[in-house]
Amino acid sequence: MEEKLDMSSTEIIVIGGSSGSLDVVLKIISSVKKDIAVALVIVLHRKTTTDSALSELLAIRSVAPVKEVEDKDPVLAGNIYLAPSDYHLLFEKKHIFSLDDSEKINYSRPSIDVTFESAAEAYGATVSAILLSGSNADGTEGLLAIHAQGGVTIVQDPETAGFPYMPQQAILNAPVDYQMNVSEMIEYINNK
Amino acid sequence: MIQDEEVEVLINDLFELYGYDFTGYSKASIKRRINRLFILDSFPSFAEFRYRLKFDSTYLKRFVEEITVNVTEMFRDPLFYKTLREEVIPTIGTKPFIRIWHAGCSSGEEVFSMAVLLHEANLLHKSLIYATDINPNVLEKARKGIFPLSQMKQYSENYILSGGKQDFSSYYTANYDRVKFDESFASRMIFSTHNLVCDNSFNEFDLILCRNVLIYFDVPLQNRVFELFDASLSNLSYLALGSKETMKFSGMSNHYRQLGKEKIWRKN
Ligand SMILES: C[S@@+](CC[C@H](N)C(=O)[O-])C[C@H]1O[C@@H](n2cnc3c(N)ncnc32)[C@H](O)[C@@H]1O
Repeated sequence: MEEKLDMSSTEIIVIGGSSGSLDVVLKIISSVKKDIAVALVIVLHRKTTTDSALSELLAIRSVAPVKEVEDKDPVLAGNIYLAPSDYHLLFEKKHIFSLDDSEKINYSRPSIDVTFESAAEAYGATVSAILLSGSNADGTEGLLAIHAQGGVTIVQDPETAGFPYMPQQAILNAPVDYQMNVSEMIEYINNK
Repeated sequence: MIQDEEVEVLINDLFELYGYDFTGYSKASIKRRINRLFILDSFPSFAEFRYRLKFDSTYLKRFVEEITVNVTEMFRDPLFYKTLREEVIPTIGTKPFIRIWHAGCSSGEEVFSMAVLLHEANLLHKSLIYATDINPNVLEKARKGIFPLSQMKQYSENYILSGGKQDFSSYYTANYDRVKFDESFASRMIFSTHNLVCDNSFNEFDLILCRNVLIYFDVPLQNRVFELFDASLSNLSYLALGSKETMKFSGMSNHYRQLGKEKIWRKN
């Protein structure tokens, strides 16, 4: 555990959230330092509006650059990336994003499982995944994949989650390295 | 789970045996699709999967159909269609004859949406819409102009958001759970298979739409396709991409000007 906490090898942190997670994401975003040493990628279940309103909302609160992903954008440390609505967000091994509009997974597109699994493939042990509040079981399979590749698995402490079901499912069915509240997550990200 | 090397083996087989070239597809995406099919068809091992694909040409058909993603809808991204309606169509409408190409048209929802726009601008009679895809199965559907009734509520909402003022249901006749679009639309369409990886330019167009196809390609293949489009566009004509696709990684972008924030570029 202690070894894993040494985040020096972490290149990317992927956060997945569903119902009740927007607040948490806003808190994280507004406290993330300017030059974080990792890329921070956020996948949220949201309504299928093509609004870029969410990325704007996040951008105003953050001192780090926030960008809604476009196809084949490079994944760069210091940036915060938001998965666009209605596409799955994948990673190429060369550390660029790919988008995919195939079937919904867990009734969701973007699906957290899809992004976590892809991050595990492309980044192996250098990825940390954080699963937030939600009332859906998305994310659990993804955490299993992250763990299998040696990455770090974190869930929001269900007691602090607006909708505890999603983190609870993960705790029941996947090896979870840490349960964290929001301020612990912020500290974790800023110390990468 | 199919490994990276195994994906390469399959891609190689497909090319050598059947001439289908998937080498320039996004590795992340195609690997997911191949794994999905492997599980869906319950193959006990990779060897059996490979064997089936090599020796059963009917399975090849299924493979291509399932590996490609055919998700589509009418008036997908309504604001994109609004820009087409208000800016692009009036401009190309001044030409004596209009040629449009939908590359990767899937089951035709996008093509019929375009025909509705042209009809409402009173331009359909002098337009010809070429619609192509790699997957013959979706083209067969597109040709019929028949779509599920269950989707029409959504499509009609999209249509209205795109600036449509008519009663959308006046464009089709419903029959049980399906609707058929007016023959006058299909009469201005030409459907054909065309593989963007290896087939050539076949005409010059005033507008090419290739939406949510390039996301499945890697950057080098995207660039080859941009060259193909460039060779198929006359000066001052338009290229439209999907809402998260971009020309910015291609060397071509300085020959084109983007219309505001929309994913529409006009050739200089
Ligand atoms: C997600 S659909 C997009 C449909 C429509 N343009 C839209 O945006 O709603 C992608 C389509 O690209 C087609 N496609 C994939 N590879 C292709 C290729 N090499 N050449 C032509 N079409 C291809 C697929 O068969 C599929 O129908």
